[in-house]
Amino acid sequence: MKKNWPLWEVFVRSKNGLEHRHFGSLHAADAEMALENARDVYTRRNEGVSIWVVESKDITASNPENNGEFFEPAQDKVYRHPTFYDLPDEVKHM
Amino acid sequence: MKEYLYKYILGIADNSLILGQRLGELCGHGPSLEIDIACTNISLDLFGQSRSYYQYAAKLKGNETTEDDVALLRTEREYVNLLLVEQPNRNFAHTMARQFLFDVYHILLLQELEKSHDLTLAAIAKKSIKEVSYHLRFSSDWVKRLGNGTDVSHDKMQNAIDALWTYTDELFHQTDADKAMIAEGVGVDVTKFKDSYEQKVAEILTEATLKVPENKWFQKGGKQGIHTEHLGYLLSDLQYMQRTYPNMEW
Repeated sequence: MKKNWPLWEVFVRSKNGLEHRHFGSLHAADAEMALENARDVYTRRNEGVSIWVVESKDITASNPENNGEFFEPAQDKVYRHPTFYDLPDEVKHM
Repeated sequence: MKEYLYKYILGIADNSLILGQRLGELCGHGPSLEIDIACTNISLDLFGQSRSYYQYAAKLKGNETTEDDVALLRTEREYVNLLLVEQPNRNFAHTMARQFLFDVYHILLLQELEKSHDLTLAAIAKKSIKEVSYHLRFSSDWVKRLGNGTDVSHDKMQNAIDALWTYTDELFHQTDADKAMIAEGVGVDVTKFKDSYEQKVAEILTEATLKVPENKWFQKGGKQGIHTEHLGYLLSDLQYMQRTYPNMEW
């Protein structure tokens, strides 16, 4: 049976005000079942206030083979990080 | 009057305990990992609910009675759960049909119990309603899914509904304890929502392209402690630890 069920990616928002984060994946026959399964698999210990599910095949992902041209050029450009500023203590979550 | 209240509480608590145990049997045996976890979740909800009821019942009984004594150390004839909830997990359609036929009843019962003059029962009901709303959503989804699925899944669900239908009339029977508690404003008059129950069940079955069975003969006895042969086996599993290691605690 499971062979026929597509894979879904699950995103959970753990608190209001925070963003949805990728929690994992699961199998389900359709979106509704994916949502219910996600509720049972990923939020049964009170982890979430909102769930998104996306069928895995609908996600376009970068290819690890292209990591060189994709990511390496950014490695030696430290000036793109805002690390040269002193942040006041009051600014949290940075 | 206390004796009636005690019996009335068991009449509600035993349903959650026995159905919880039935679903718990599926732990590690569900048709898929996700469904396995879902069934176990529902099972744990039901155990949690039964625990609140048994704590209350144990307090009423006094004499240092504990919730474990009430839940785990009665004999088969002293359990007063509905016959429906003790029926075995024959296949997944059966498990979901049993769950669905109980969930529709359970939510209607709790919605009335929430208005009970007994504040403890009202509070337990209030807390349980959200859990049971999800149970009903889950089970009715599966009834529709299997009913509208393939020819095989449709037939399995129809067979399950047909086989379990004979236990549905008992949901609306009343014991002496029920009647006494209704008179006190504590208990729920289940006959009042029989029509709503039948209507809701018919609505989902129709949506699932399933036929509503037309039984003329129904099983009864669970509420009097007269059970089907399946309960004894279930209890021997459920009670094993307390019987083998008396007074054991986690």
